[in-house]
Amino acid sequence: MERIYLDNNATTLVDPAVREAMDPFYCQMYGNPNSLHSYGIEVRPYLHQAMEQMYAGIGARDEDDIIINSCATEGNNTVIMGMYFNLLKDTRKKSLVTTQLEHPCVREACRFLETQGVKVTYLAPDSDGMITADMVEEAINDKTALVSVMWANNETGLILPIKEIAETCKEKGVYFHTDAVQAIGKLDVNLNDVPIDYLTFSAHKFHGPKGAGGLYVRNGASLPPLLHGGEQMGGHRAGTVDVAGMVGMGKAMELAVDSLDFEDKEVRRLRNKLEDALLKNDDVMVVGDRELRTPNTLYVSIRGVEGEAMIWDLNEHGIAASTGSACASESLEASPILTAIGADRELAHTGVRFSLSRFTTEHEIDRTIEVANKAIVRLRQLSTSY
Amino acid sequence: MAKNDLIGGSLWEQYSEKVSERMNNPRHFGELTEEDAQALNGRLVIANEGAESCGDTVRLFWVVGNDDEVIKAAKFKSFGCGTAIASTDMMAEMCIGKTVEEATKITNLDVEKALRDNEDEAAVPPQKMHCSVMAYEVIKQATAIYRNVDVETLQEKDIVCECARVSLQMVEDAIRINDLTTVEEIADYTKAGAFCKSCIEPGGHEKRDLYLVDILARVRGEIERENNPEGIVEDDFLTLSIVKQIKAIEQSLDQYVRPALAGDGGGIELDDVCPAEDGTVTVSIVYQGSCKGCAGSVAGTLSFVQKSLQGTVSDKIRVVVA
Repeated sequence: MERIYLDNNATTLVDPAVREAMDPFYCQMYGNPNSLHSYGIEVRPYLHQAMEQMYAGIGARDEDDIIINSCATEGNNTVIMGMYFNLLKDTRKKSLVTTQLEHPCVREACRFLETQGVKVTYLAPDSDGMITADMVEEAINDKTALVSVMWANNETGLILPIKEIAETCKEKGVYFHTDAVQAIGKLDVNLNDVPIDYLTFSAHKFHGPKGAGGLYVRNGASLPPLLHGGEQMGGHRAGTVDVAGMVGMGKAMELAVDSLDFEDKEVRRLRNKLEDALLKNDDVMVVGDRELRTPNTLYVSIRGVEGEAMIWDLNEHGIAASTGSACASESLEASPILTAIGADRELAHTGVRFSLSRFTTEHEIDRTIEVANKAIVRLRQLSTSY
Repeated sequence: MAKNDLIGGSLWEQYSEKVSERMNNPRHFGELTEEDAQALNGRLVIANEGAESCGDTVRLFWVVGNDDEVIKAAKFKSFGCGTAIASTDMMAEMCIGKTVEEATKITNLDVEKALRDNEDEAAVPPQKMHCSVMAYEVIKQATAIYRNVDVETLQEKDIVCECARVSLQMVEDAIRINDLTTVEEIADYTKAGAFCKSCIEPGGHEKRDLYLVDILARVRGEIERENNPEGIVEDDFLTLSIVKQIKAIEQSLDQYVRPALAGDGGGIELDDVCPAEDGTVTVSIVYQGSCKGCAGSVAGTLSFVQKSLQGTVSDKIRVVVA
């Protein structure tokens, strides 16, 4: 059966060019970059090159740090735990501000700090699914150490006003962290324009390998490490560098930034084609204004069709999509996004997410439209409510 | 945690073939009408269960024979995931040919067992058990309608979990039928406590009249006393010497309370036992380990300890922190 992958916000295929760039570091240049001998020496230029690609990719200045780590979960935990040991634990700063939209790795790290006596404000999005700079400004007080707001939301693709929020935090003298996992490769992420203290990303979301990530730290905002040990990453993150992973992430970053125009035009065109086709069905709603979303993401609510049942039917026809709704995940909670944006409670379990990539073809979208329309008809025939 | 738990399982991978097959091709979905009922010389019964806002709804149609109370035909509609559809389909099939009285005895476990490929392997993972619970509840609902019991009062009575609309009776039944021992299991079987979590213990978003920790402690206590009738009964307790009272409390703490707290790295010690003037007995406790200073859990833990001691030793006990 032909398979179609439309779950690129979960993970992506490794670009063949990325894999090719990684390949020499497994069986040929497998030295530890910290070694003194030739095996160590020969890999270091490639790490420098990967660093150049990463710094250029997000517009970081030379005096800033990009700490290479294993994933955005690690980066986000490094920031939140580091903030605890630096400020929250022993100074007058006792609180964090974040949002209800965050990925579990931010949310649960904050929940953990709550058990240590830190006060956390979880901002609820407005009816458009947005967090505004005004909301952030209102939530900040003299005890606030850090504001953490994601750049783009994984479920809906909604892009948050990061520039305004970052500027608000700067004015207020509060550190600002953004989880940019869903932004890299989909949007222009340029730290020259936006005063951000901490930014995290993960290679496997932009056609790089799994197990490689990065944490940008603005010069002067240094944090204690999460992992203690050797002197790797200037002592900010101990552990032998995954050379192939880092090289692959650098290459993937370069390709992602080069593809931004394609993403904005071609991926957006295919996404819109799928969106328009699904909207031709009655009682189908798309979350978030099209122009306010990442170009690859479509979060659709189909009245009368339970989300997991929908992705079951799609999967039976080889199409991979996902759902934030109740039954699908290990927990039974309804989609926090649909709940948060105040969608009709009846719709909280009807969300299905399609996320495309630059590898998605027109044929795949046509086939998805055909299969999805059939699934909607079948499941609505079964449904109590349609 | 152990080897097989570290890489979490995929839910769908744990479905039996029968579940998949019935999701793809349900045999009994659809509706029955008054015309169908007339043709079969029976009465049409339509029952609804669940709410879309909770993720699952099911509508059951029966035609019940006018002469013999036998269910001549059954069909369903469902808004829900694959397991919900598959279990409802199986449930509808199991109803056909049974009397209303017999059908009412079908439980979610019967439905789940019927969906197994082989008898030793569950048809669905635990998180999905609630889908078959719904199939069981809708039969009760249909019976209530058939017998002309007021459905409204039946639905609204003693709702423990508003999100999932789970009643006290449903929680008690789930604990008893499935021998549940934790609130997580209650959530797996009934969905109670799986959403906003307010109904699990005091201190959540919303104040509730009934909490799962209390219900669980009480029902476990009842089950324990039924299984062990020679155990201490409450009337005896007040007549015991103080030493024997302390021993009874310690024994109950060891058996029911400490193992639960140890799971979270906490513990409690008994500080004092003192009869009060109003006929109650004040039991003072001291928190140990992670319970100590864990402000968020103190109210819930205290309530859990008290309910547990009330359920297993004496309902005259009042627990305070020393």
